[in-house]
Amino acid sequence: MNQHVTRTIKEKFPEYVTDSHAFRGDETVVIKREALLEVAGYLRDGLGFEFLMDLTAVDYPGREERFEMVYHFFSLSANLRLRLKAPVGGQNPVIASLTPLWSGANWFEREVYDMFGIKFEGHPDLRRILMYDTFEGHPLRRDYPLDKRQPRLPHRD
Amino acid sequence: MGLETVFGHSFFTSRVDDAVNWARKYSFFQYPFVTACCGMEFMSVWASTYDIARFGAEFPRFSPRQADVLFVVGTVNEKLAPVLKRVYDQMCEPKWVVSFGVCATSGGFYDNYAVVQGIDKIIPVDIYIPGCPPRPEAVLDALMKLQDKVSKESVLDKKYR
Repeated sequence: MNQHVTRTIKEKFPEYVTDSHAFRGDETVVIKREALLEVAGYLRDGLGFEFLMDLTAVDYPGREERFEMVYHFFSLSANLRLRLKAPVGGQNPVIASLTPLWSGANWFEREVYDMFGIKFEGHPDLRRILMYDTFEGHPLRRDYPLDKRQPRLPHRD
Repeated sequence: MGLETVFGHSFFTSRVDDAVNWARKYSFFQYPFVTACCGMEFMSVWASTYDIARFGAEFPRFSPRQADVLFVVGTVNEKLAPVLKRVYDQMCEPKWVVSFGVCATSGGFYDNYAVVQGIDKIIPVDIYIPGCPPRPEAVLDALMKLQDKVSKESVLDKKYR
């Protein structure tokens, strides 16, 4: 389908692309996290991926770099889709914010911060969006206890 | 009381409780606290097929201060819990609470970090309606059960809550 996009990115950023694969026409490119802004900027301005459809994260506890950011781009003009992945690890996982390029990334990144505790450098207002402010921890991390409850009001029983 | 035998059928005697409860149970003003898909089903209870107006409870008040019955319809999560508590606290006595559907009753299948596992952890509940979502008949059944409950109360009762 759009192997040429993957190829173009690989040729443009050979030092940043660590992996790429395709499944039934859906292309995925894995990059190093320090290159995110540069690659995403090139996708938008160079390859016509105007639309950041979705942005989320996955927790892989066994991996050396525990989290993986996942970005879904769509080109309205070329009708192409591309998935970009970037591993994020360490005690204090940080990655660049995409809000300078797509202001729509704002709430997505707040959600990822809320659920996974990944911080976004350059985000204008990084705070919880779904859970309440007094909530402790990040519930979609795999080590968040399944039955842990944090009542906001004291329960009657 | 037998007074009728003396005075004929020109009047009848009753208890204040019976008169007051009769008035209360046929004129519920409800506050619909609707948060989820149960709300769509709840609407059908109002519509002509099931017609909750037959039970005198068709009139929703969107101010809790004017409502008698709080219908909690749908999932209540921890973030929302203070809002529900506040709505309940704003209602005047006497007041009753109906928990509509399994999510409000027990959290339903949302057994997770975000959802209150039953609104009775936050506020007292009079009637629980099971179902995901409940059938309109179940709602009418609950309403009749609530009417029974109301008819057994006394105006002198200290609120038992």
